[in-house]
Amino acid sequence: METQTPVGHEVLGNVVLAPAVHRLEVRAPRIAAVRRAAQFVIVRRGPGAERIPLTVAAADAAGGTITLIVQAVGKSTAELTALAPGQMIHDVAGPLGRPTELVPGGDAVVVGGGIGAAVVLPIAAALHAGGTAVTSIVGARSQPWVILEEELAAFGRVVVCTDDGTRGRPGLVTAALADELAAGAAATVYAVGPVPMMRAVAELTRPLGVRTIVSLNPIMVDGTGMCGGCRVTVGGEMRFACVDGPEFDGHAVDFDELADRLTAYRADEALARSRLGGGDS
Amino acid sequence: MNGDPLSKRQRLAIGRQPMPVRDPALRAGDFGEVALGLPEHLALLEARRCLACKVATCVAGCPVAVDIPRFVGLVEAGDIAGAARVLLADNALPGITGRVCPQEHQCEAACVLGRKGAPLAIGHLERFVADWAAGRADAPPVPPPTGGTVAVVGSGPGGLTAAGELASRGYAVTVYEALHTPGGVLIYGIPEFRLPKEIVAREVARLTGLGVRIECNVVVGRTYSLDELRAVFDAVFVSVGAGLPLFLGVPGEGYKGVYSANEYLTRVNLMQAYDFPDADTPVLRGGRVVVVGGGNVALDAVRTARRLGADEAILAYRRSRAEMPARVEEIGHADEEGIRFEMLVSPVAVEGDADRWVRGLRCIRMELGEPDASGRRRPVPIAGSEFVIPCDVVVAAIGTRANPLLTSSCPDLALTPEGSIAVDGRGMTNLAGVFAGGDIVRGSATVILAMGDGKRAAAEIDAYLSGAAAQGPAGTGSLQFTVNGPQPDDLIAVVAGNRAATPALTDRPAVAPGSAAQDAASRPRTPAAVPSRPPTQGHAGRRPEPSLPAPQPSTGCRPDRDVPL
Repeated sequence: METQTPVGHEVLGNVVLAPAVHRLEVRAPRIAAVRRAAQFVIVRRGPGAERIPLTVAAADAAGGTITLIVQAVGKSTAELTALAPGQMIHDVAGPLGRPTELVPGGDAVVVGGGIGAAVVLPIAAALHAGGTAVTSIVGARSQPWVILEEELAAFGRVVVCTDDGTRGRPGLVTAALADELAAGAAATVYAVGPVPMMRAVAELTRPLGVRTIVSLNPIMVDGTGMCGGCRVTVGGEMRFACVDGPEFDGHAVDFDELADRLTAYRADEALARSRLGGGDS
Repeated sequence: MNGDPLSKRQRLAIGRQPMPVRDPALRAGDFGEVALGLPEHLALLEARRCLACKVATCVAGCPVAVDIPRFVGLVEAGDIAGAARVLLADNALPGITGRVCPQEHQCEAACVLGRKGAPLAIGHLERFVADWAAGRADAPPVPPPTGGTVAVVGSGPGGLTAAGELASRGYAVTVYEALHTPGGVLIYGIPEFRLPKEIVAREVARLTGLGVRIECNVVVGRTYSLDELRAVFDAVFVSVGAGLPLFLGVPGEGYKGVYSANEYLTRVNLMQAYDFPDADTPVLRGGRVVVVGGGNVALDAVRTARRLGADEAILAYRRSRAEMPARVEEIGHADEEGIRFEMLVSPVAVEGDADRWVRGLRCIRMELGEPDASGRRRPVPIAGSEFVIPCDVVVAAIGTRANPLLTSSCPDLALTPEGSIAVDGRGMTNLAGVFAGGDIVRGSATVILAMGDGKRAAAEIDAYLSGAAAQGPAGTGSLQFTVNGPQPDDLIAVVAGNRAATPALTDRPAVAPGSAAQDAASRPRTPAAVPSRPPTQGHAGRRPEPSLPAPQPSTGCRPDRDVPL
């Protein structure tokens, strides 16, 4: 099914960060030259593959590469994480979405749950570069799934939480965040992770009136505003995550709707996954 | 026509030749093309119906002014190659327009035969000639380069037409396409059963044969800004299409199973969801699908639903069938395929079950009142007439609004109150050298109108650049490139330098639906807090090549390029 002549974007590196979580270095000079924190790319591995949005976790403008951190959760992401250095990704479009909103004044706490750490990494980097003091809270269910702790440490203090207490402080990121908020350190919170985590963070900060920015990753097709599949309700209004986001005011997002819409293709995803490795990919 | 072998009376005696179509029962189960094309003997017979009017009203009815009597006369004479030359001289994409143009509102509406009987089947003849020529046409000669460079933004019908016209005039043309396949709406929007993708690929190949470079996955407004394109190209044609889909604005649109027509058709056409799971992108199929709207896009969506296996595919339209803006031929085909027409109904709410899956579309019945601004009778709700159409999928095909992606990257570009790009009589925007056409100027329109815009813009760009060249270098691109025009690396260097100097490629706020008028020219660029160096460790932004001019630390479109001609 692959084309004979390799076309597209070469994978230069593929490192396993955690079980099923890979860091891909991909050649994409024009995106590397201009991307900014919070922006993402749409990746299509090859003919017949899905278009999937992935945050640009980091970029090397001089070297012309971008870093994508991918968790293999379905057929498309499994195929991406299986790419060896030297193999090609057919299409990489971007950078898409609005750059992160760097709220001036006061310190910031960034909260990354699971793969969400890959999304807060460039936000922490941009905040740090702009002179904001950053505390990072990284959450995972267990020690092997803790990612990017060292990378985030370059921009400030890092608090690691695991559900089972095998690394860092036991418990959820919201408990760690509550302590940070009690210490009065945070003027702004950036939270990225599973929907229940982002909702919990928003509920925690709402009564305190702490500005809370979340980065949403709804189902998306084109990434340019054309299809409306990524619509989310924010403050009672329909917004498109691809062109209006991906960052929104966490206190205004309808998380119930977002969580529900993410399940629309669950049956199809299971079917696709069941065929993975069946020999016809 | 000297030596006319047929009298007018003989011509009038020939009936309009019907287009052969595939059996509705068969075609409703697959995505193969519906209309098969006139065979040669029927095409020649149909051509004999043309009266070769001295004042050809049909030509005036064509947005790109195809010399219809001349090409039809050559078909009648059996010189199909000659007919193809005439056709292609006026219309770069005849295989496409022959299939998707609303001929009954254009050339065929103006045909004198239509006064008493059926008009000449101009669209069918156009398609016949285009398809005949497709396998036979010689590679077009590559013209000598003028040295001028043009960027075309968007590879839909407007962009492809402009690119072809400009390349034929010797310009080095680069087309930027946001998606992974060129063709725009011809690829993601119009289904295979109406316009096979192979035909679009054929037209694209013809352009690349002329030297047009097409770069996919470039989102102008994000990857490059309009300013950055202006810095390296002599002129820019913006034909990015209409963009953002409109939704119904009723409760329940967040339920699973509600699509815009753009998403529904993109999943099926561009991403081949009809082939899931052999292709990776799924689409919710649904036993009963309701499509809301009455235009060609609505027809495409409802007929797609039928082909995806819906037991019932229902078109819900708020006026009556006579007011539907869709092509008459498609309405007829939909009828034959068993599409259910629910006319004079308007959606009130999407109904869902406890798990938030669509279970029905609540509608209210309408009646036609006084004519509105469009001249069509305005639909008025009938009180107390609400009812529910049970369904699993709802598709909104009620139009689009302007996509702000590109326009937001250039705050100095003048827009209309609706967020469309404002142009003058030449198709030029308020920025010198930047032209625009198609749906980003017109709102939701047609393939052929976009092509007309592309054709006109190409001529105006040619005139503009010729004039500029005559006056010296002031109006031409400041950078020198090979005859092939700017290479990707050239742009990357410019962009890297530009954003290093002004890292905030800031956005204006997106135009909210129904928001107040946006006055682009007066809207200041929003200063954004930005990091003073790139957020990754230890890497400075790429410096421009020494041969390139210093990047302009401007705050908007570069005023130094707005040189009066």
